[in-house]
Parts: sequence; C-alpha cells; structure tokens
Amino acid sequence: MLKKTGVATPEELANVLPSEGRLNRGAVAVLECFQNIPCNPCATSCPRHAIQEFVDINDIPSFDGDLCNGCAICVANCPGLAIFVIDETYSPDETLVKLPYEFTPLPASGDVVVAVSRAGDEIGHARVVRVQNPPVFDRTAVVHVAVPKALGHEIRFIKAGGPSRA
Amino acid sequence: MRMFDVCIIGGGPAGLKAAIAAGSQGLSVVLMDDADHLGGQLVKQTHMFFGSEQQRAGARGVNIAKELVEQVTSLVNVEVVLCTTALGLYDDLVLTYETEGSYRKLSAKKFIVATGASERMLTFPGNDLPGVYGAGAVQTLMNVYGVKPGNRVLMVGAGNIGLIVSYQLLQAGVEVIAIVEGGPSIGGYLVHASKVRRAGVPILTSHTIKEAVGVNCVEGAIVCELDSQWQPKSGTEQRIDADVICLAVGLSPLTDILWQAECEMVFVPELGGNVAYRDSTMCTSKPHIYVAGDVAGVEEASSAMVEGELAGLCAAKSLGVSGAHLTLQITSARSQLEELRSGPVGDKIRAGLLQAHR
Repeated sequence: MLKKTGVATPEELANVLPSEGRLNRGAVAVLECFQNIPCNPCATSCPRHAIQEFVDINDIPSFDGDLCNGCAICVANCPGLAIFVIDETYSPDETLVKLPYEFTPLPASGDVVVAVSRAGDEIGHARVVRVQNPPVFDRTAVVHVAVPKALGHEIRFIKAGGPSRA
Repeated sequence: MRMFDVCIIGGGPAGLKAAIAAGSQGLSVVLMDDADHLGGQLVKQTHMFFGSEQQRAGARGVNIAKELVEQVTSLVNVEVVLCTTALGLYDDLVLTYETEGSYRKLSAKKFIVATGASERMLTFPGNDLPGVYGAGAVQTLMNVYGVKPGNRVLMVGAGNIGLIVSYQLLQAGVEVIAIVEGGPSIGGYLVHASKVRRAGVPILTSHTIKEAVGVNCVEGAIVCELDSQWQPKSGTEQRIDADVICLAVGLSPLTDILWQAECEMVFVPELGGNVAYRDSTMCTSKPHIYVAGDVAGVEEASSAMVEGELAGLCAAKSLGVSGAHLTLQITSARSQLEELRSGPVGDKIRAGLLQAHR
C-alpha cells in the first residue's frame, strides 16, 4: 500500500494508465501522482497542455492522453519524479520507457543496465537508447530505455552501476 | 548606535524574502545570520521544490538560495551581516548581538524574527554514540562540505526530511539500509517515498529504533515493530548493521529570542511546538516584532518564503510605506499562502494557525 510502503497498488496504477487505444498509438506520459500536494510544474511545463492547468494547486494532475506526444518535458520537470513516458509502438518486442534519473555517472546509450521495479526489485535488463540531459532539465536527466514488452509497465528505475550504487 | 528601519534575524528562505520585500520599498534594512553564508537550509536542498511558479516550483533549493542572495546583495539599502548572533531584543527597539567576539547594539523600528527551527532528538540507549546524526547535520556534511557521513545509514523518520535526505545519501553513493517510521503511514510526500523505495530502500512503518549498538561508535541498531498504541511488540527486535543512525524526527520552532523579548507565546503541536501569537500581518504581541518562516510554525520552505515576503511588506506598511502596488503584493502573498495550505497536506497547518492567530 502506497501510504505504508511507497509502492503504488495495481488499483492505483490502473487509474493513471492511459487507455489501451492510446498506448497503441505511441509514446504517452504516465503520471504516477496519487496524493493531493501543492505542486503544479507538470501542468505549467507541458507545451501541449495535455496536463491541464490546475484549478487548485493541490489537485491531482488531469491528463488528456490525446494531446500528449510523449515529449518527456514533464518527466524532467516533475519535482516528485513521478512521471514516465511509455512507447509500446517502439518495436515489435520492446517497449521504450523514458525515466527521470538523478544519479552519477549517467549511463550512455548502448549500455545495458539493470531494470528495477517500483518496489526496488531487479526485474531484468534494459538497453539505454538515449540520454537527455540538457541544461534546461537542470540535472534531472531523462533516460530512454528499451525493455521487453512485459516490463514496460513494471520498470521505473535503473541501476546503472558506477560508484553511486543506484 | 546604528539605526535601521527593519532588522531581520535569520537569513534563510523567510529572512531573505523579508529583506528583499522590505528593501525593495526603499527602507534601510539589516539582515543578520549566525552562519558564514546566507540561505539557511535552502543551500542544502538539492531537490526540486514543490508549490507553484510564484514560489519557484521546479527549481532546486540551492539554486533558489543563489537567486535570493543575488537579489538581496543587489539592494544597496540592505546590509548583510554574517557570523553574527542575535542575543537580546528589547522594548526600546534595541537588539544586542555578538559579532567577531564583541558585544554590540543596534536599533531598528521593526524586527522580523526568521530564526527557523531546530531538530528534535529521540531518546534511546546509545544515542550519544558518534555516528548518531541529525538529518540537518548529514545534509550539511554532504551538501555543503562534500563529506560522506558514513557508508551504511539507518534513517529514522519517513517525513519529507527523512525521505529527501535518504535520497540525497543514495545520490552521494551512501547505502541506506532502511527508513524506520514510528507512525502507521509515511508522513512525507508519497512521491518522495516512491523515489527512495524504487532505489532499493525499504520503508518500515510502525517501526522504531530501540537502541544504538556499538562500543566507541555506531556499529548498528536494534529496531522493532510498534503496535497501534506505539508500544514495542516483543519478539520483533532485529539488528541492522549500520555506521550512521540519522534522525529525521521533526523540527521545533527556534523561539528563544521571542521568549526573551516577552512576546506572548502559545504551544501548538500542529506547528511544531511553542510559537508566538501573531496577527494577519505576522506581527506578534509586540508591535515592533514580526515573525516569518519555521519560527512561526514548521512548514515547507515555499510557505516560509511567502511568509517572509508578507512580513517584510507588512513591516514596511506599518512604517508608512503605501501605494496600490504594496497592497496588491500583500494580497498576493496572503492568497499564495492560502493556496499552499488549502489541500489535505495543509490540514494540520491550518488547524495550528487557528490557534496562533489573533
């Protein structure tokens, strides 16, 4: 249970997962934000207004998947690092997942890293496809990894090795 | 004796914003801090802030500190004095303080006390062993001085500070064995909890530290489960090897100077302890003393910044500064505070403020 362990339940996740139809059309954000806290950078950073302007800053984000193109600007801007982008159309047997990542050293494209679940469990391997770390992201890199289709909704972190064990 | 319009005690988020607000009205301002740099706890905050754009949401605390310090230093009518400790605040508008080993006095028409908060301690056998740290000390070592506090940390407390410092420890390459939390659920923002959990740190709610283990320094800890009455459950003790026990068990307003100045105080658990009664302008029972930030009630830095701004603006208004713009700024600060505190995580603060407002 999220409030006891920090891990969202399948029911909580079902509420924020874009529809199957939307997932089938390509990259889309998944906003794993379940608590009413005073925070709105996801909405103010979204260039396509897919995350709608908040009426009350304590609102949970209201998201229109049809307006989202999976650009991942919100991934780097969410102070809670709670947004991910999933592209199930990446290849016939792989899903592309864009994750926020704030550890050094950053992985490089081509690296094979350990795929980690929401609970911190190692669940397989992921191939780093791209690392976005422009100054405007202010040190929250967005790492694009390709994983077997079965892991697309499970992987939420990577262990990239190096001195900071993450 | 030097005379100022406004003297601000404490150069953290609230004090900095108070100095900018009062200084921007053209008043002569002195801003003092006992540290050798401004920024208070902001300089240790490497994470992105919550809130809205008006409170710099999305920016990292350390960057916000830089911006605020730049703004303060660009105001020629704001004097900054560092390594300086306020000692006594008196009804004849005199503040005594210590700087460079000497005892001095200044006078100001209005004082804004923005002294922040101090960390709470937890009692358990062995809590005096080297290796038992407050979370603030761990942040200072890592984020100010670049020193790792140890290699294996047991974190006590799953409020925002415990969660954020755990994450910062991981970023510094330090292992965090577990976070124990006495309460039945995680107190901090759940997004912070999810961040450390997926990085491999278990969060054990309804658990506490029973004792620290070690001869000359911390070698580990005994943790145990708590029942719904917060009593240890026998047979649940387990030993965890660690060389650091980091306590993140809450903050209390740092109110010594308010007591000394004889402001009327009230104990409000929801605000972290004793706080001064204040009116809607952040003025205490003493007409020359204002409060802002954690000293007025422990909250997030975003609220502290807005409260500092509000206190600075209201102090300026009380000194005769006027104008439509000032009124607008005051209204905006008040509505920002209301907004930040309006959600469920603000329930406690709102309940506390009702008891401290007059």
